[in-house]
Amino acid sequence: MTDTTLIEGKGRTLWGDVWDQYKTHKGALIGTGVFLFILFAVFLGPYIYDVDPQYLNIREKNQGPSLSHLMGTDQLGRDMLAQVLHGGRVSMAVGVIAMFISLVVGTIVGLLAGYFKKLDGPLMRLTDLFLALPLLPLLLVIIMLFRDTLRGMFGPETGIFILIVFIIGITSWMHTARIVRGDVLAQKEREFVLAAKSIGTPSRRVIIRHILPNVLSPIMVSATLGVANAIITESALSFLGLGFPSDFPTWGRLLFDGANYMTLTPARVVWPGLAISLTVLSVNFIGDGLRDALDPRIRGR
Amino acid sequence: MFNYTIRRLIFTIPTLLFISFVIFFILDTAPNDPTGNLPLTIPPDVREKIRISFGLDKPMFFRYLLWCQQFFINEPLNMIEQWFNITIGDGERLRVQSWATRSPVVDLVVERMPQTLWVVGMSYVVGIVIAIPIGVISAYKQYSWFDQIGTFISMLGFSVPTFFTGLLMIVIFSVQLHWFPSIYDTTLKVDSWGNFVLQVKQMIMPVMVLAFFNAAQLSRFMRASMLDNLQQDYVRTARAKGLKERVVVLTHVLRNSLIPVVTVIALGVPQVFGGAIITEQIFKVNGLGQLLIIGIQGADIPLVQTLTFIFAVLIVLFNLIADILYGLLDPRIRYD
Repeated sequence: MTDTTLIEGKGRTLWGDVWDQYKTHKGALIGTGVFLFILFAVFLGPYIYDVDPQYLNIREKNQGPSLSHLMGTDQLGRDMLAQVLHGGRVSMAVGVIAMFISLVVGTIVGLLAGYFKKLDGPLMRLTDLFLALPLLPLLLVIIMLFRDTLRGMFGPETGIFILIVFIIGITSWMHTARIVRGDVLAQKEREFVLAAKSIGTPSRRVIIRHILPNVLSPIMVSATLGVANAIITESALSFLGLGFPSDFPTWGRLLFDGANYMTLTPARVVWPGLAISLTVLSVNFIGDGLRDALDPRIRGR
Repeated sequence: MFNYTIRRLIFTIPTLLFISFVIFFILDTAPNDPTGNLPLTIPPDVREKIRISFGLDKPMFFRYLLWCQQFFINEPLNMIEQWFNITIGDGERLRVQSWATRSPVVDLVVERMPQTLWVVGMSYVVGIVIAIPIGVISAYKQYSWFDQIGTFISMLGFSVPTFFTGLLMIVIFSVQLHWFPSIYDTTLKVDSWGNFVLQVKQMIMPVMVLAFFNAAQLSRFMRASMLDNLQQDYVRTARAKGLKERVVVLTHVLRNSLIPVVTVIALGVPQVFGGAIITEQIFKVNGLGQLLIIGIQGADIPLVQTLTFIFAVLIVLFNLIADILYGLLDPRIRYD
């Protein structure tokens, strides 16, 4: 059977196999759909629903959902739907960029620790140390202490964005590093690495050419989980009042502001919270599906 | 095992010292003025005197050593004095003082501890009680509707952040149905049946929010661990001997599956305390988490330093407990 497919020229590729397996995971497919929808809504939605999220209309304050304001309005009469869409941009951007930072740091630490025996001890002790730090209190403290300086340097919006993205990224790389290190330790004993070394390939190229592609699947899985984690952390910080300011809201901040008006307009709490939950849920399902799809043992079945 | 425990215990001392130094360093390098929150009408020379009274004119390393002395030597001595009603030395010791309240930080912590322990401890126990049966059943009936629903709900549980579930519960049960109060009243004394009912009522929501989150993670671990064990040879042997299915699952498989779960439970304790920061903020419980937030907002450096360090101690301690438990429970694992 394999022969006929080969003759017809329909070779099987790795990513084709991965996609075939991914398709069988119902939750992952729905998750992908929901995630793409949210992504689309958040990045293109504001062009279609072009209401200014900062437009004050005191006469229409504290309204419930209606035809003119689909998600109601806040205490200053700002349209909630527009705010949720704009806030989502920031939340998503924080999630993706913070994940990227933590992934880069984690992968580099993991690769170095796994490949070079001399670095293994110190780097893993560093990882252990980071794991022993109480992260949420420290994040809060760092934001409190450095917020004003960074705002002064980069402006109120960019400053806080840089700060939050950076500290979330720099405090969430440890799990990636551990997983990557474990995989590198296994891969570097394989024959193809020995072969590469024996023809005099420098260490740098062995790592990038031969080892990195083979440890890509755990990295991809931890990337999806990293997005979910970063979005939740950012919302938690904003929810505690130490994240983004009210005039540059994220979903977490909208939730925090809405909490004070819970008895009056419960919808203000529901929509941003629902947006966070749906995003994180869909990302987690994507991660679940990816884990199965990228695992050759499961894929074979 | 004993040697291993002693070795690990000794190793925690430099780790904790290093962590405390890192926390101190972060707090100290920050370009922030602790008198920044005071009224602008205070003249500069008075402001300078306030800074000196905080000890800020001394070099950083000196202040770190002073904090170490206060926290690691003076505070324990003070506690021993209070417990046993004795006086050691002249009894005049400098304690870690909060800048905002001017009272010893440890007293503040002791004051707030019971509320946090009640809510957090209760939620963890409830979470475990919910998670274990769900994990067992969904592993035993893998891919059944119960398993599918359980998996989905646990996915929901750790995807939906606690600050959303908490607010949602307040909207439904406090605002709409008026069943439970949305604010936790710490002054309530349980001295009669009516007050006991009130206490239970105000605890239900914070406890359930945290319990749901914990149960979601634990039930996944329980399920995975059960699945690993159900395929082992000893299970087939037990069935072949003619043991009842109940005995096979509940005595043989469950006991072996609990070993990794117990360590996960121990590892999760510090995280639960971290999560309590948010839950306490939602339900206005005046526990440790709220104290931390107040300290951060008021730039109360000694308070924040001490609280953050206590969280770090919890993490290191429970990591140690988890490792030791693993060695004690699983005869296959020997550290020596």
